[in-house]
Amino acid sequence: MHKIYIQDVTLRDGMHAIRHQYGKEKLKEIAIAIDKAGVDAIEISHGDGLAGGSFNYGFGKHTDWDWLEGIREELTHAKLTTLILPGIATIDDLKKARELGVESVRIATHCTEADIAPQHIEAAKKLGMDVGGFLMMAHLNEPKKLAEQAKIMEDAGADCVYVTDSAGALLMDGVIDRIKAFRDVLKDETEIGIHCHHNLSLGVANTIVAYQHGANRLDASLAGMGAGAGNAPLEVLIAILNKMEVKHNSDLFQLMDIADDIIRPLQTRPVRVDRETLSLGYAGVYSSFLLHAERAAKKYDLDTRTILNELGKRNMVGGQEDMIVDVALDLKSKMNE
Amino acid sequence: MKTKVAIIGSGNIGTDLMIKIIRLSESLEMSVLVGIDPDSDGLARAKRMDITTTHEGIDGLLKMPEWKDIKIVFDATSAKAHVYNWNKIKAFPDKKMIDLTPAAIGPYLVPPVNFLDNMDVPNVNMVTCGGQATIPMVAAVNRVAKVHYGEIVASIASKSAGPGTRANIDEFTETTAAAIEKVGGAERGKAIIVLNPAEPPLVMRDTVFTLSEQADREKIKASIHEMVLEVQKYVPGYQLHQEVQFDDIPESDPVFIEGLGLRHGLKTTVLLKVVGAGHYLPEYAGNLDIMTSAARATAERIVG
Repeated sequence: MHKIYIQDVTLRDGMHAIRHQYGKEKLKEIAIAIDKAGVDAIEISHGDGLAGGSFNYGFGKHTDWDWLEGIREELTHAKLTTLILPGIATIDDLKKARELGVESVRIATHCTEADIAPQHIEAAKKLGMDVGGFLMMAHLNEPKKLAEQAKIMEDAGADCVYVTDSAGALLMDGVIDRIKAFRDVLKDETEIGIHCHHNLSLGVANTIVAYQHGANRLDASLAGMGAGAGNAPLEVLIAILNKMEVKHNSDLFQLMDIADDIIRPLQTRPVRVDRETLSLGYAGVYSSFLLHAERAAKKYDLDTRTILNELGKRNMVGGQEDMIVDVALDLKSKMNE
Repeated sequence: MKTKVAIIGSGNIGTDLMIKIIRLSESLEMSVLVGIDPDSDGLARAKRMDITTTHEGIDGLLKMPEWKDIKIVFDATSAKAHVYNWNKIKAFPDKKMIDLTPAAIGPYLVPPVNFLDNMDVPNVNMVTCGGQATIPMVAAVNRVAKVHYGEIVASIASKSAGPGTRANIDEFTETTAAAIEKVGGAERGKAIIVLNPAEPPLVMRDTVFTLSEQADREKIKASIHEMVLEVQKYVPGYQLHQEVQFDDIPESDPVFIEGLGLRHGLKTTVLLKVVGAGHYLPEYAGNLDIMTSAARATAERIVG
């Protein structure tokens, strides 16, 4: 069994919750506090990964390079990590991150498109980085087929492959089946990771069952700071691991303090399960669509849930934020007919 | 008399282009389809259509009696192979090369935008499918209002993305972004590609966002509509899926664009749909169609 490895995503997935608007100093303060609390890895980038700043996904308050600069030097033990989506960021972006001290990277693709990742996985390995393959919207691919995709990433050199429930749509059995399918086909030395969203209030439960069935890299964020209803809340996950008497490196009280004193006050839109975020999990829609759909609903005078449901019906995948306005305009013209 | 052409590459792009030339072109005559795999579907298709083939690559083509009469060569191989192919072909000053790979040895060409600037160049590059679909729109805004930033999102059906595209996805983003600047006229360009595996496959969608100086919105809209008509001349399935959308980015609430800093102005959103002609791949593969149609249109304009 691989050692448990907790990766904080407050400063990457959490970007979605505040439209990628962390100030540089605030981000540094948070990274230092998380490191001090003993978390194993800290992921930093625009919510949609390096080079995600755009009209489509929202421009960040800073560039990824500004956010990453000077962080590595402040960390005492936590690994500095980042994320890229091939199709958005390139190998050049990865190299820049490496130069800024990033030691580990997740290469994210839709759950059926792993074969656009090998170029980036191989490049990251050549740069001497730890590499995770990140299979997003994992609920849209059945366990065996998802495991075949995981194998493509492992073959390319990934040290770990994640079941990434981007829509927060998986139930606990769905998580277990996928983790087991990974364990069946992946080499023993390849680690398995789990990344959850809390849209159906299962973020923590899904993370725990994944752990119990062989996942050892667990993603979480403080106060759940992340897209949609957020990720598995880190402080809650640690509390449960304590009660389960699982050994890890994180300090519960410190994490509780950062969550309540620093992170929650930053949330302009509460990160919680409500009718909109529940709809994401219920319809199986990419959690990052939330704020974009809310904005479109306001602009075109529609119900956010109607837009999200239609996006789900049209099988939109992560990255297709441009289709949110398209769907809103279609719904609007249908109403006017 | 029709001008004889050869196509190197018997994958999706080469085969689709061949079918278009045979079925639609009044000025081009399909002479030889060149492959490297004797068992490829493309070469088999060519033989069934009575087209001469070789599976010995460019070197095979140069040995064929047909070679001396061929005036235009399309390269639908890979960036690496294109360098090799062009090194052989540039020795023949009577032949022109239209490059459909990301190699881009020659200048980028998007027919309705910059054909006239490049009509005498011996080797022109067709950018990417996403570039052909979106750069005309960036240019359409730019001819009315100076474009600071052009961003495009191309969504294509997983089934229409061949192994070459998948293994080199960075070539798409980098080449398209560069051409948004060089051909579209944006001060800075950005390109995003998304593969969608939905069944039945979804038709290609392209979205163009520009941030420009403020200008008369009706003039921008009219310029975009005119440009759509220009593209439709060679890609009938090219269409605006929605009316052009505008948003103000006020000076008091600017956006922070990497490489440009804080900018404000007029945001224009163009939501496009590209329905393929269904020649080699079905209609969802608008990405294939727009690339091969742009290459065909370029060749037809060259021969006049």
